[in-house]
Amino acid sequence: MPSVLPLGDPAPSDGLLPQQAADGAAARAFGLYVHIPFCAVRCGYCDFNTYTATELGGGASQDAYASTAISEVDFAARVLDRSGLPARKLSTVFFGGGTPTLLPAEDLARILRAAIDTWGIEPGAEVTTEANPDSVTPESLQLLADAGFTRVSFGMQSAVPHVLKVLDRTHTPSRVPLVVQWARDAGLAVSLDLIYGTPGESLEDWRFSLETALSYQPDHISAYALIIEDGTKLAAQIRRGEVPEIDDDDHADKYELADRMISDAGLHWYEVSNWSATPEQACRHNLAYWRGDDWWGIGPGAHSHVGGVRWWNVKHPTAYAGRLGSGVSPAAGRETLGPETRGVEKVMLEARLFSGLETAALSPAGRKAVAGLIADGLVVPEDAFRGRLVLTLKGRLLADAVVRRILPD
Amino acid sequence: MSPMARTAPVPAATDPAIIRNFCIIAHIDHGKSTLADRMLQFTGVVQSRDMKAQYLDRMDIERERGITIKSQAVRMPWELGGVNYALNMIDTPGHVDFTYEVSRSLAACEGAVLLVDAAQGIEAQTLANLYLAMENDLTIIPVLNKIDLPAAQPEKYAAELASLIGGDPEDVLLVSGKTGVGVEALLDKIVRDLPAPVGDPDAPARAMIFDSVYDTYRGVVTYVRVVDGMLHPRERIQMMSTKASHELLEIGVSSPEPTPSKGLGVGEVGYLITGVKDVRQSKVGDTVTNLAKPASESLSGYADPKPMVFSGLYPLDGTDYPVLRDALDKLKLNDAALIYEPETSAALGFGFRVGFLGLLHLEIVRERLEREFNLDLISTAPNVVYEVTLEDKNVITVTNPSEFPSGKINEVREPMVAATILAPNEFVGAIMELCQGRRGVMRGMDYLSEDRVELRYWMPLAEIVFDFFDLLKSKTRGYASLDWKADGEQVADLVKVDILLQGEQVDAFSAITHKDKAYAYGVMMTGKLRELIPRQQFEVPIQAAIGSRIIARESIRAIRKDVLAKCYGGDISRKRKLLEKQKEGKKRMKMVGRVEVPQEAFIAALTTDESKDKAKK
Ligand SMILES: Nc1nc2c(ncn2[C@@H]2O[C@H](COP(=O)(O)OP(=O)(O)OP(=O)(O)O)[C@@H](O)[C@H]2O)c(=O)[nH]1
Ligand SMILES: C[S@@+](CC[C@H](N)C(=O)[O-])C[C@H]1O[C@@H](n2cnc3c(N)ncnc32)[C@H](O)[C@@H]1O
Ligand code: SF4
Ligand SMILES: [Mg+2]
Repeated sequence: MPSVLPLGDPAPSDGLLPQQAADGAAARAFGLYVHIPFCAVRCGYCDFNTYTATELGGGASQDAYASTAISEVDFAARVLDRSGLPARKLSTVFFGGGTPTLLPAEDLARILRAAIDTWGIEPGAEVTTEANPDSVTPESLQLLADAGFTRVSFGMQSAVPHVLKVLDRTHTPSRVPLVVQWARDAGLAVSLDLIYGTPGESLEDWRFSLETALSYQPDHISAYALIIEDGTKLAAQIRRGEVPEIDDDDHADKYELADRMISDAGLHWYEVSNWSATPEQACRHNLAYWRGDDWWGIGPGAHSHVGGVRWWNVKHPTAYAGRLGSGVSPAAGRETLGPETRGVEKVMLEARLFSGLETAALSPAGRKAVAGLIADGLVVPEDAFRGRLVLTLKGRLLADAVVRRILPD
Repeated sequence: MSPMARTAPVPAATDPAIIRNFCIIAHIDHGKSTLADRMLQFTGVVQSRDMKAQYLDRMDIERERGITIKSQAVRMPWELGGVNYALNMIDTPGHVDFTYEVSRSLAACEGAVLLVDAAQGIEAQTLANLYLAMENDLTIIPVLNKIDLPAAQPEKYAAELASLIGGDPEDVLLVSGKTGVGVEALLDKIVRDLPAPVGDPDAPARAMIFDSVYDTYRGVVTYVRVVDGMLHPRERIQMMSTKASHELLEIGVSSPEPTPSKGLGVGEVGYLITGVKDVRQSKVGDTVTNLAKPASESLSGYADPKPMVFSGLYPLDGTDYPVLRDALDKLKLNDAALIYEPETSAALGFGFRVGFLGLLHLEIVRERLEREFNLDLISTAPNVVYEVTLEDKNVITVTNPSEFPSGKINEVREPMVAATILAPNEFVGAIMELCQGRRGVMRGMDYLSEDRVELRYWMPLAEIVFDFFDLLKSKTRGYASLDWKADGEQVADLVKVDILLQGEQVDAFSAITHKDKAYAYGVMMTGKLRELIPRQQFEVPIQAAIGSRIIARESIRAIRKDVLAKCYGGDISRKRKLLEKQKEGKKRMKMVGRVEVPQEAFIAALTTDESKDKAKK
């Protein structure tokens, strides 16, 4: 069951943005997110806005999806232009899901071409797609690389069969080294997604998954503690006692292990759950989210952000296509953030980054609280002396608590 | 059997010879209020169609709990042998916390109906109330109630009653307040056996105040029993203790609704309204006289009830403090036994230290504050009062454990009670064991009948007032009954146990206990807090200490993970809203040093099983 959209204000049917969206836009990077809302099966832990063919009642909408998405690209260009935003080239593009690679590679290429034709793209731009290990071939990866993709992020999750089973993953562990090699051969940078703290996963299981992932020498690793999302099958299984509960202390142990092993392998953290081999290989698209840059989200349920205006599209692919078909904005709701809320978001997001948060951005009370955070070993003293709040390992594990302590009441 | 009186004697014009003043006294739940119902009905003052069970229990709280808290006086007509009599009946509460209500009522009467449940027999408060009635020289009419019950044993308990007060078992009346059987015969007997009041109609007026109640509409309503002379509406009266004078705006009798009259004469029971707004200006036990023609000597009054148990009352929401203060002031108008003074707690903020007659009184006051004034309250664990003598011979009265001096102490004295326990003899062993465990000293034991025993103990109040009764009931399968009254004090080995969170003392959790029980308290409280306080970003040691000596310790492990693993573009709004919610939640935390303690944890830790105690005793 896909997650619930936030409550916000109604969005206008022409999609036009308020004045504040355009203020200072020329200085901000502009990215594109393309949501592909399809999966072969739904994993029990996942609450992303995605649908299986059976849930949609046939493949028709998948066939037409690329065209529908392209029509939102056109719509987006018109809205940005009419809302007074300057023409900006794409600095990052990210295809996420769902499972983008469930669509023919040609469809993904077509959407990317349309976007580039519309906005242009900066030299050296990052273009990523998420992929499930069992939904790519050497040919499809090559086609993507030829179309301009630079990076692929594989949902490896674990190298341990019983863990993959609890997660409902369909791929076999042995497929991962193959797809990594194919991507490399096609010239794509490779990232691996891992999940830890799955019910039944031992510390040794997790160490094995890390060792295995690192042995493929990825350019980038995301390691996420399993979140039990409301309304998922896994949440129900835990509630019924069919699957053991997850444990925060276990998560902490596994995070510490991950950070140690990944660092020892030469990668460095740049966000709480993300490590890259070099700073250049950090996911610039995700960094844009955390730094408050602008991006347009194409697709059902996709979120966008432009200059403190956040909005999100209707969730169902049919409703989404219907809106665009009749020339109406697919947005379901939006919020226009005032300076104070934007300040809160900035603290909340930038505190998660290795580049840290300028302490000057904090309120006087927040700045005072930093001393206590140093004393508790949650922020790095040397960085704090230089005016940046950067989390220690312990602080990363308590990042939300840190944020609550530095935000004004 | 007498028919109901058709022409009731008129107040202010009633010959004392045809007045009978009596109260109904009994152990709790033996059926006083139900018997009163039948009397109201048979004498015609309440029509059958208006009747409801326990008619005189008017407060919501009385009706919900099915117990009487306040005495109620009612004037009823009754005809016997062609004469119309005026009966003043006072229904009294049975719970030990409200014994002072009974003693006030007794002072307004010449006789008492001693009611005993025919299925239960004599119980501890039967004896206590009988004793009070005899102290007041009242004529006792023994009555067995609930004879309709299949489990009733009238012969057995009639014999028990007769041997207790002297007399023939045949003289014990058998009634059922439920069916009405025997009630008319009882009314006849009241007229026949009880003495008429005597007083001097020509002497200066003297009336005894036996109750004083604040009413939102009428101000203070004062209930009096006239001893000498006559009181009239519109005249000026004087309170003999304070010399304060007031105009009598209204005078009358309750029948059972207030009915104004032309006055009240010798032996009559009724009410006065003077327009004063504070019951303290119309003190129970004081004597009312006529300002123009004042009496020279006042009637002997009775002492104010002394609070036995103290507890801190704090508003959950600190901004409600003024509301709580006003609410206590209002309740006080109606409840002379309620005393309080402001106090502050580092943990709970501003509140009051409040004195109560017992746990039921505490519970009722708290419930009325919450209900009638819309307050959410935390009450700290109740405690008794200690007298601490320091080495310099200064004496400190401690009503709040956190005020217990930490310096050089010479001795600590605790209040004691004389407790009476009645039970079938098979439980004697279990009761003795319980009382000894509670530091009780046996004062005597008597057989009331072959199989019923009365045990008398001298015990610390602190050992009896909280959970003792529940334990007694469970050890005797519900058969034992208990009564106690204050009886001096003793020097004891008492200590203060403090609870420390991360080295900071939490005043609300301090307790004074006997040395032998300090460890158990420390272990219990630290264990409870470990369960209740959420993990923090650092380890939190919880300790129980006597002075600087740690007697128990627990610790709350530090929380290690508090971070949302993934935060994509689509998660940002959701995450921000969650953050706002968490920040809201943080505002409802009380800080003890650096430790965030949720309000719920305070409440749960302070809600001892004792204070959840059933109202019924
Ligand atoms: N079967 C039966 N039940 C009775 C009789 N009289 C009272 N009861 C029941 O006994 C219970 C207590 O009656 P009350 O009249 O409230 O007793 P009380 O003595 O006024 O109680 P307190 O005022 O709390 O001391 C109620 O459930 C009554 O219905 C009776 O004659 N027969
Ligand atoms: C948008 S998802 C889907 C990508 C792709 N469909 C897949 O499953 O490999 C991206 C990543 O989020 C992570 N993820 C999804 N649901 C999660 C959850 N409930 N808890 C933690 N991580 C989760 C997984 O690691 C997943 O690879
Ligand atoms: S494949 Fe990925 S997006 Fe699809 S259900 Fe599984 S985790 Fe979610
Ligand atoms: Mg009653």
